[in-house]
Amino acid sequence: MKPLVLTMRAIPDERLDLSPLVPHRLSGKTASEIAKLDLQTGRQRITVGDIFRVRGGDVQSVRLEGATDRLDQIGQDMAGGEIVVDGDVGNQAGRSMTGGRLVINGNAGRWAASGMRGGQMEITGAAGDLLGGPLAGEVAGMRGGVVVVRGDVGERAGDRLRRGTIVVEGRAGARAGSCMIAGTLIVRRAAGPLPGYLMRRGTVVLAGGCDELSPTFLDCGVHDLVALRLMAAFVKGHSAPAASALRAPLRRLAGDMAVLGKGEIFCSDE
Amino acid sequence: MREMIVKGIRIDDTFAEAFNMRATAVIITADSAHWARQAAVTMTGFGTSVIGCGCEAGIDGELSPRETPDRRPGIRVLLFAVSTSELQRQLQNRVAQCVLTTPGSACYAGLEGEEALKLGNALRFFGDGWQISKRFAGKHYWRVPVMDGEFVCEAATGLTKGAVGGGNLLIMGREPRMTLAAAEAAVDAIDAVPDVIMPFPGGIVRSGSKVGSKYKASASTNEAYCPTLRGAVKSALGPEIGSVLEIVIDGLTSTAVAAAMRAGLAAMIKLGPKQGAVRIGAGNYGGKLGPHHFHLKDLLP
Repeated sequence: MKPLVLTMRAIPDERLDLSPLVPHRLSGKTASEIAKLDLQTGRQRITVGDIFRVRGGDVQSVRLEGATDRLDQIGQDMAGGEIVVDGDVGNQAGRSMTGGRLVINGNAGRWAASGMRGGQMEITGAAGDLLGGPLAGEVAGMRGGVVVVRGDVGERAGDRLRRGTIVVEGRAGARAGSCMIAGTLIVRRAAGPLPGYLMRRGTVVLAGGCDELSPTFLDCGVHDLVALRLMAAFVKGHSAPAASALRAPLRRLAGDMAVLGKGEIFCSDE
Repeated sequence: MREMIVKGIRIDDTFAEAFNMRATAVIITADSAHWARQAAVTMTGFGTSVIGCGCEAGIDGELSPRETPDRRPGIRVLLFAVSTSELQRQLQNRVAQCVLTTPGSACYAGLEGEEALKLGNALRFFGDGWQISKRFAGKHYWRVPVMDGEFVCEAATGLTKGAVGGGNLLIMGREPRMTLAAAEAAVDAIDAVPDVIMPFPGGIVRSGSKVGSKYKASASTNEAYCPTLRGAVKSALGPEIGSVLEIVIDGLTSTAVAAAMRAGLAAMIKLGPKQGAVRIGAGNYGGKLGPHHFHLKDLLP
């Protein structure tokens, strides 16, 4: 069955909240009913039909064409189905997702995958700061699911990560994996300074090294661990380049000893 | 007892009577097939009968690296017990003492059952606080630091309440050497059947038992099948039988046990009476105790 296609007519004057456009919230609605849904974040009413041309189809498969970085919260609370976005997106894409698949063929803003609990998210371009991180006042960031970013990510990717896997095929900004509680963050290329800053538990893999490592991470030697094989087998289905980085013996650094110290950073021995 | 003759071998018109059991499975991997097998052999040792061992355990088969979670050589082990609590106790103790201790080993769930048994969830405490929890693709693993690196163990494995224990074949030959040859041929054939084990040494038991004893014991020798007592008791053996061996089969399903018995029968019939068995029977309790009846006539090739 054909997907529901939303084609952008014009770039909106204000940021829009696209959280209503997820499969479970569109279920049972006709194309004309979908066109009447509110998207505004300000005082002026803006509906889907004002911004998008709507072509009806199976709401379990939504396609957004011509997206811009003014579209926030795409895929928020998504529980199933698929959303494919062609173009850049704004902040909080995939926020609190619990299932389904969100593909962004472009760049994403800040807090992508924030509070995510399940499902899969793929960003073919770059992602902004705080990928998977919590919003202000929240105690944990991403809590499940898989996020793959083909490009670079900003600062503090995986901030307060609680569970789930984040794969970054490009570079990561400063303090990747900051305050991690658990979960796995894999960065294939170079990471910025102080990765794993104040992480309590969890795993950070830095296949491309980092600019500066905190002295509160302690060298535990080079190991070829079975757990890395399991990780590679799992990651291979999402990112072959990241999986290949996990197959060689890696140096294990335990930390951050400034806090609990039960986390770990794996990095190349080169 | 009526009998059939198939290619010169007498087949008793009888049935094996089998019972419902609880069962689980684990996959053991290691850096080499040798060490994976070593862990599996150690874990399944002293696991011949629930009467004295707490469980019946055995190796289901070898797994190639492509078939295991960590892409290393592996062995699938099955455990059978009469209760869930006993199965949990046996699983935990055996993995802790025999697999955790084996160099380079890892242990994973080998069955998706209706209920779960603790595996790594019970063994993780050996890590004394240094154990690490990891979840990938809906599976939960524990990484326990040990002296050669890490012991990786899946958090839980499956339990089935539909397992069947006590499928059997009684192999009767003119003399011990030929009887053993027939039993070995049957064991080799049954080895290829998935989801079954033969828990006795090499898959063969020479001390078949009956229920009860003149002493305070739950089981005692099955004198009706002891050739040296043929003249002294109500024997089930004719003058041509000089030796009897038994193969006991436990399976995850009734279908698997039937397939194993069928494979064993076919192998012994193929070997023939001149080199192997002259008569094949099966053990039962009159059909009133066990819900599963495997009639030999239905399993003939």
